[in-house]
Amino acid sequence: MTLSVNDVKRIADLACIETSESEAQATLGQLADIFKLIETMQVVDTSSVEPMSHAQDVVQRLREDKITESDQRDLYQSVAPQTEAGLYLVPKVIE
Amino acid sequence: MFNASLKQLSTQLAERKISSVELTKEFLQRIKTLNAEYNAFITVNEALSLAQAQNADQIIAAGQANKLTGIPIAQKDIFCAKDWLTTCGSKMLSNFVSPYDAGVIERFNQIGAVNIGKTNMDEFAMGSSNETSFYGPVRNPWDVAAVPGGSSGGSASAVAARLAPAATGTDTGGSIRQPAALCGISGIKPTYGLVSRYGMIAFASSLDQGGPMAKSAEDLALMLGVMTGFDARDSTSLQRDSEDYTRDLEKPLSGLRIGLPKEYFAKGMSKDVECAVEQALDEYRKLGAEMVEVSLPNSQLSIPVYYVLAPAEASSNLSRFDGVRYGHRAKSYDDLNDMYRKSRAEGFGAEVKRRILIGTYVLSHGYYDAYYIKAQKVRRLITQDFVDAFKQCDIMMGPTSPTVAFNIGEKSSDPIQMYLSDIYTSAASLAGLPGMSVPIGFGDKNRPVGLHIIGNYFKEAQMLNVAHQYQLVTDWHQRLPTGID
Repeated sequence: MTLSVNDVKRIADLACIETSESEAQATLGQLADIFKLIETMQVVDTSSVEPMSHAQDVVQRLREDKITESDQRDLYQSVAPQTEAGLYLVPKVIE
Repeated sequence: MFNASLKQLSTQLAERKISSVELTKEFLQRIKTLNAEYNAFITVNEALSLAQAQNADQIIAAGQANKLTGIPIAQKDIFCAKDWLTTCGSKMLSNFVSPYDAGVIERFNQIGAVNIGKTNMDEFAMGSSNETSFYGPVRNPWDVAAVPGGSSGGSASAVAARLAPAATGTDTGGSIRQPAALCGISGIKPTYGLVSRYGMIAFASSLDQGGPMAKSAEDLALMLGVMTGFDARDSTSLQRDSEDYTRDLEKPLSGLRIGLPKEYFAKGMSKDVECAVEQALDEYRKLGAEMVEVSLPNSQLSIPVYYVLAPAEASSNLSRFDGVRYGHRAKSYDDLNDMYRKSRAEGFGAEVKRRILIGTYVLSHGYYDAYYIKAQKVRRLITQDFVDAFKQCDIMMGPTSPTVAFNIGEKSSDPIQMYLSDIYTSAASLAGLPGMSVPIGFGDKNRPVGLHIIGNYFKEAQMLNVAHQYQLVTDWHQRLPTGID
């Protein structure tokens, strides 16, 4: 696998991280090295192996469908960058 | 007092030889004097700590004390603590005063322990040297030119310099064990699912696990008893009966079968570390244990697998930091997308961005099967190796880290070299097994060496027993860095 600067920019775009041309160039070399390390796992035959997502292979617990949270909007919004009348403010997205 | 064990402190408090307020003031004073040198704490809040100490003294006076009531504990800055600045080592959360307590913090609060401060760490726990912290590198009390390890480097440094009697840490690929080894203290990462992840800022959720860091195995046992327990708010928390982790401390080790994974002794370990590990194994032979060679044939793949899975989970977990509900927001931007992009570019450091990019890539269209699913499959093979090996032994041992602490700046420009610091610890993380590190001597430049002890699932009490018996016949864990007195 060969990464290009455009790949780095595309990934940065998907990840919503502004990246300058020079940052993308610098990142490219590092990611290429890291992927060279990662590629070493490709030699293992895993054709009959199930993917493992949890160490104990437990199933997700279910709970009753009832409201358990109390209203703490004011408290939680106290750490927000910008709020108004109980709403989070962001730049206008609809013309 | 500053060098006393948790048990000694508990006795002193119970017998009213000292109050929690006095004890807390003593440690706050030590932090005031020494933190400038080690940078182990990001936040100290005397008013909050002393209020908790006063409350603890009332609990003790009412005869309702638990073993750790009134004892100051340093909390890794990854744990949300109500009214405390909780930064996770990042600029992104440099203004985040937590509105709630993590499950672990609640458990300490319930028994009246005192939060003595929030410890420095690699940004979002991504690092093995504490150099990725937005708040500057932590220094190793054994040698201030050296890193303390990471990501729980602030906690390790704080305990080693006796700025706190004990601390919490978190471990994703070695972040409790490696800094414990490099700072000459003891630390344990329990079986995945035993310690609540609620309010523990997420890095890689299928691997992240909290655990204690302290001066001895006996202290770890007391801390672990407080930290573990089911929490319905953590979807991967395990429902199990509570345990007394001190119950097996005094058991003799005769007949114990210690597995030595041959891959861990083959290459990569530096001579000084190897020498200390061999001496520790000799000590275990004297204690009646027998050595069994075992094999973990896929263990060399644990770093590649880890660097797919952990960044993948991180890229998803860290998508919540968007400058809308909390955390850093860029000052100027053109529109909503630009706000996200600039806030994240400014708020995250280089290593965190690097891992988000790796994770985004391996989860992206066309690469998901080749990287993410492939890594999850190899993860199962790595885990199966342990299951097979534990049929031949009770516990496994090896080096915690391939070398003693390296110098600050030595590896910071080479991510791969840094990643390989976790070569011995990440396999147990992938398997969800408990792992610990205990000090076993000194290597090059008189820097500490740690022994890695891997237990089978839920065998923490046995691991603590194995470590405690060693600490009864050796004094490495009682050695103090120069100038710490």
